[in-house]
Amino acid sequence: MRRFSSISWSALGIATVLASPILCVLYLAFTSPSDVWVHLYETVLGDYVSHSLVLMVGVTLGTLLLGVPTAWLTANCQFPMHRICNWFLVLPMAMPAYIVAYAYSGMLGDFGPVQTWIRNTFEVQYGQYWFPDIHSVGGAIIVLSLVLYPYVYLLARSAFLDQRHQFNAVAQTLGSSVWRNIWKVALPLARPAIAAGVLLALMETMSDYGTVQYFGVSTFTTGIFRTYYGFGDESATAQLSLVLLVVVLVLYAMEKRSRKGMSFHALEDSGTTSAPLKLRSWNAGLALLLCLLPCFLGFILPFTVLFLWGLESTEWFDSSFMELSVNSIMLASLAAMITVLLALVLCYAARLHRSWWITLSIGIASLGYALPGTIIAIGVIVLLTALDHSVVTWIASLFGIDSGLLLSGSLVALVFAFAVRFMTIAVGSISSGMMTIKPTLDASARLLGRTPWQVVRQIHAPLLRPSVLTAALIVFVDVMKELPATLILRPFNFNTLSVRAYEMASDERLYDAGPSALLMVLAGLIPVLLLNRNIIRNSQ
Amino acid sequence: MKIKLPQLFALMMCSVIGSSAMADEVNVYSSRKEALIKPLLDQFTQQTGIEVNLITGKDDALISRLKKEGSKSPADVLITADVGRLYRAKEQLLLQSHGSEFVSNVVPAKYRDIDGQWLGLTMRARPMFYVKGKVDPAELSTYENLADAKWKGQICIRSSSNIYNQSLIASMLAAEGADKTAQFAQGLVANMARSPVGGDTDQLRAAAAGVCNIAVANTYYFGRLSNSDKAADQSVVQALGVFWPNQADRGTHVNISGIAITRSARHKTQAQQLIEFMLKPESQSWYSEVNNEYPVIESAKPSDTLQSWGRFKADAVALSSLGEYNQQAVRLMDKAGWK
Repeated sequence: MRRFSSISWSALGIATVLASPILCVLYLAFTSPSDVWVHLYETVLGDYVSHSLVLMVGVTLGTLLLGVPTAWLTANCQFPMHRICNWFLVLPMAMPAYIVAYAYSGMLGDFGPVQTWIRNTFEVQYGQYWFPDIHSVGGAIIVLSLVLYPYVYLLARSAFLDQRHQFNAVAQTLGSSVWRNIWKVALPLARPAIAAGVLLALMETMSDYGTVQYFGVSTFTTGIFRTYYGFGDESATAQLSLVLLVVVLVLYAMEKRSRKGMSFHALEDSGTTSAPLKLRSWNAGLALLLCLLPCFLGFILPFTVLFLWGLESTEWFDSSFMELSVNSIMLASLAAMITVLLALVLCYAARLHRSWWITLSIGIASLGYALPGTIIAIGVIVLLTALDHSVVTWIASLFGIDSGLLLSGSLVALVFAFAVRFMTIAVGSISSGMMTIKPTLDASARLLGRTPWQVVRQIHAPLLRPSVLTAALIVFVDVMKELPATLILRPFNFNTLSVRAYEMASDERLYDAGPSALLMVLAGLIPVLLLNRNIIRNSQ
Repeated sequence: MKIKLPQLFALMMCSVIGSSAMADEVNVYSSRKEALIKPLLDQFTQQTGIEVNLITGKDDALISRLKKEGSKSPADVLITADVGRLYRAKEQLLLQSHGSEFVSNVVPAKYRDIDGQWLGLTMRARPMFYVKGKVDPAELSTYENLADAKWKGQICIRSSSNIYNQSLIASMLAAEGADKTAQFAQGLVANMARSPVGGDTDQLRAAAAGVCNIAVANTYYFGRLSNSDKAADQSVVQALGVFWPNQADRGTHVNISGIAITRSARHKTQAQQLIEFMLKPESQSWYSEVNNEYPVIESAKPSDTLQSWGRFKADAVALSSLGEYNQQAVRLMDKAGWK
């Protein structure tokens, strides 16, 4: 038993450390009363709230539509190219939302090639024809759905694959039709995974800054930035962040409530996998189209645009791309490893000790994803500089040397911020993987004389591998793409591809953002493909 | 490989002592993008042997980091792209006087802080650009005139979140007061061809594409398009004319990109050397040319592109007012419904 209590203490410790930057920010919220609220309420707050809500509803629908049918098709059906679709569907993950926004804006904007072609071909003037404006809430919904649906897709697909071994067989022996089977068995069983995916997508949506800012859509996040930059008001900024957190908590609670009383555990594997459905003629064509479309819009098209920009750019010759790529990959790998390790501790603690305070600490440790990277970066800076100042004083009194700041402004600060921000992803993926391992399995193994470690190594490890890999994959790619925290916390002379692409784009040199964006996407593709291969292999 | 605790501690101590060694270096926080500044910093290292460590980022974030790091901040120098931010850093007691006689001699007083806590490196203006053949420049006069109903649906200008617009409104607040400026902002919003989208270059492109007839943008964006070898960029430049507003009264709104020494600077001498290097005629020529901006010292000439737009009268308002009125400007734009 002692080991179990030590793991729950570790979990509590990890949760406390992860929550501390967020708590720092929240502390700022109560430091000084702010009169900015009155101003916000009178002017822009209504926009923030309504746009954010519409965006959330839209992205929920968008990611469900793009992610769930494709996940079910690739998990359960055979149609031409269905194996390749497994690969195609995860590609948009490597695309930063803000980069896709630049690409679509460049393509479909008022003076982009599409509208220019319309004007030249039909000899009309601007304003004499109708063309949807990509710079709108609708445009933001489309762009965010296109890059965020893989969360839903990946988690849903692994859930559908898990079921294939048992439930379909059960359902089919009971003679239910495919559609009935989907509605009555597959979807309800995959619901926790789908909900976790949607929740991730929504958190990502709420913390998105690049896309909405570029499209001129004022949301809560742009409001937070504005309050911080425009008014330099830390406490109002923190209070706005508090609102964001409350929204996430409500979503989280809703998701939890809706699952109340359900528990999912894998049945004993009967050793038979139900045969995949073979789709024919237009069914197969439709399935293929459904699976290709999200990838085309979310990856191939924007990638082509970047490539064309890259051809026009002179960036290739005056940037140290090798160094930028190495920095990006190193940082993302480090952050992914550490985040996943910590998440494993948290998830095991939750599995072994179903106590309210473990649940609460995991909840608090998972809040970071809903907050914009900037907010977390502020929290990390506040925390680490305070810590540093006391350490500096201590070193000075011991050794009589002025050491300067040690933690803040080092890679530690960056990795810490990423762990805070992306913990939810890792915990979500790993815990949904754990749900499928029955506790009785552990008990039987223990009865057979296995130590807890052996249970973990011999039984859990192979079963958990796909979800752990999924977690690592998503964190890796997210860190690759992450911008605000990287920008604020990085050490001297440490640049990444995302910083470079952002600097070019924000300097209004979109063509020159092409090369670094391309490399970022390509570097992000390698782990996406590698890990996807592992996930597929493990699920067969 | 196992590392034992004592070894780990020794290693940590080494790194601590290592980092505390006063190397011949200077640490720079810059909101000027790396591509626009690094070549010059490399040149400085070549000439003086002083290593430059650089972090680029958003000015507010850098200032906030500087503030949190406090007296122990590693930063010696802060470089920003807008005076409003230098003012804010000064207000938060993060800067110190440059203490260099050379600086006071070569930089005109209007481009320097009264207490010597910041100074300009380059200057830029925010004029209007009109579509030739659609707008008669004789019809244009002042910024305030853009609120006139005759320009309904004809104006492109970016979001109020942008510091350049905040500084423009701040300059108007300083000159005209709150009521007139509020009226102007409301009139301008009513005249916008579309809700603000994109950056300054986007406004210029939109005007050339027929979305609007007048765009407000910083000179260097137009300069960059002028120097571009892309046909699409050239067609934008061909379609537009530069108009310098308010020549009959206070002058066209200008702003600076600037530099300052932080209060926590541990390498003050090197920081001074860096500033003085940036003010050399050849550095000024390069820096202003690469950024398509006007140099601040008299002896350096603007690039041919900039000279081709002619001379103009610049707003003489103290640059520090742009920082002073920033908050008020943001609130005013919010109230006017400027997105």
